[in-house]
Amino acid sequence: MWQVNNDGYYGEFGGAYIPEMLFQNIENLRGNYLQIISSDSFQKEFQLLLRDYVGRPTPLFKADRLSDQLGTNIYLKREDLCHTGAHKINNAIGQILLAQALGKKRIIAETGAGQHGVATATVCALKGLECIVYMGAEDMQRQAPNVARMRLLGAKVIPVLSGSKTLKDATNEAIRDWISNPDDTYYLIGSVVGPHPYPDMVARFQSVISHEIKSQLLAATGNENPDYVIACVGGGSNAAGAFFHFLENKKINLIAVEASGQGIHSGKSAATTQLGSIGILHGSKSLVMQTKDGQVTEPYSISAGLDYPGIGPMHAHLYTSGRATFLSATDQEALSAAYELARLEGIIPALESAHALAALSQISFRPQDVVVVNLSGRGDKDMAAYENLYEPELQ
Amino acid sequence: MALLADLFQQKKNILSIYFTAGIPNLNDTTSILNSLEKSGVNLIELGMPYSDPLADGPVIQKSSDVALKNGMSIEILFKQLKQFREENNSYSIPIILMGYLNPVLQFGVEKFCMTAKSLGIDAVIIPDLTPEVFEKEFQETFRKAGIVNIFLITPQTTEARIRKIDSLSKLFIYVVSSAGVTGTQANDDFKEKYFARLQSMKLKNPLLIGFGISTRKDFSLACKYAQGAIIGSAYIRQLEGAKGIEEITPQFINSILHESK
Ligand SMILES: Cc1ncc(COP(=O)(O)O)c(C=O)c1O
Repeated sequence: MWQVNNDGYYGEFGGAYIPEMLFQNIENLRGNYLQIISSDSFQKEFQLLLRDYVGRPTPLFKADRLSDQLGTNIYLKREDLCHTGAHKINNAIGQILLAQALGKKRIIAETGAGQHGVATATVCALKGLECIVYMGAEDMQRQAPNVARMRLLGAKVIPVLSGSKTLKDATNEAIRDWISNPDDTYYLIGSVVGPHPYPDMVARFQSVISHEIKSQLLAATGNENPDYVIACVGGGSNAAGAFFHFLENKKINLIAVEASGQGIHSGKSAATTQLGSIGILHGSKSLVMQTKDGQVTEPYSISAGLDYPGIGPMHAHLYTSGRATFLSATDQEALSAAYELARLEGIIPALESAHALAALSQISFRPQDVVVVNLSGRGDKDMAAYENLYEPELQ
Repeated sequence: MALLADLFQQKKNILSIYFTAGIPNLNDTTSILNSLEKSGVNLIELGMPYSDPLADGPVIQKSSDVALKNGMSIEILFKQLKQFREENNSYSIPIILMGYLNPVLQFGVEKFCMTAKSLGIDAVIIPDLTPEVFEKEFQETFRKAGIVNIFLITPQTTEARIRKIDSLSKLFIYVVSSAGVTGTQANDDFKEKYFARLQSMKLKNPLLIGFGISTRKDFSLACKYAQGAIIGSAYIRQLEGAKGIEEITPQFINSILHESK
């Protein structure tokens, strides 16, 4: 009941609200994706690349000092150890194989933090395909190391100057590119957003995360089911992957953490479930931050990957149905959580993932609880922010 | 739907102009409408600005930004239209509203259709409303209010789908002239082949061609194969200039309708 239905909806959310110019491409995807990705040849290459290229399975690490401090059992799912430094590559590998199967030669993508752009540039290099990445001019500045990486990998990075110059606008521009280049181009979306079948497709490619968590927990604790799974939500792809195989078991608490920026009601926030209402963004019906007139508002978060005024339709459904609990963390809370993990466990998380960690202090755990935090990415790209904003008195 | 239906009954070489409501200034809508009607335009597509216009190129994107900064909304637009219709006692020029689905949803689809109808509007164009979603979710509401939803076809639309859209359509079909967002220019060869293919399909609905029509030459080519054409970006670019609306509009419309001497 938590998976997409035949019409492309999760409850009342999802669907394909697209201009006719995109219809043929979306229809082509919708009609073929399940058959392609379930074929033996696809699965064989996908699994091989996840193992030998991405470095999967990623470890499930028991964070002892953090566990002691919180009086419970914290496990970190180490997506930060994936090749290119975040979970985004799982999806990029899946979609590049799909693009190849569809005979597409030119790959376009949007990126916020740059992690999806880097992942896309990486798989395009691997497959020898042309790569164009749209990135908000504001994000290009705050995630400069990733811009340099994409260029080194041979991708063309196009700055987007419209709107808030962040992820939403980069997505608009990528969609316009696809409208203008319908024949040879594949749009490689980076999260569980966009028109059906993208949310389902991306969730399936990311579901490897919860698949691995199950067998790793079984080996570590004798029980494959945790009490909590915690993940940050920008569009929601790492959360979708971490929740995927736990959705049907209601005893497992699923915690999604949004970015509340400078505070939910500060006017500078990206906490979509708290501030949004039902609307249409980037081709699907979901919860959207908007004015009463239906104009999408500009979100804010210190974390470029969470700076998005919507969430994927699957998450809108998990939120309104109560299946998942949505919490939020401010810029400051995320920064503190990142410094804490660095000191306690020797791991510098991505700013996005730091939001998931920040939620730990908002929940009262029992000593016997097993808590999995999806550490979606590493902090290399955020070193400038960590250095500039370092305030020892916060510790 | 008398205004629009009559137009398609009576007129060949229909010139339709698109502009975004709320530019250059919030309250210029009625003077632009008046100037267009006086200059001999047959049909007006009035754009309702949206923050994320996916199918639009830079010119219309920018016009939407300006309009929103000026404070335009569907509510205000309806007030301006009421004023336009009442002031001139002018129910003679057909107007179509064009905009994206989200603002219409938030306004309320039923209220939107009823208000539009009361202002003598017969049809709307909502590019991100697919025929599939329309049939399932909105057809009844539109039908009750007497509002027609105009569908788009593109060079990528298959013959089977064109036939399906033709059977769903009333008044006319909007032909997107090339693969691209608004303002994109395709080469004439490509366009002509595509238009000829459509013409030979002998669809039941008349065709209007839009996207990338900016000159008299483009307009004439479109009129060879369709009942008329729509100009958007090229007119909006004129409105961005320093001259007044009273001067710009007749000059521009003349340049499309008449051979320059
Ligand atoms: C490390 C990391 N985590 C999380 C996200 C947010 O995306 P999603 O919600 O799709 O997982 C990003 C996006 O760029 C990211 O780079």
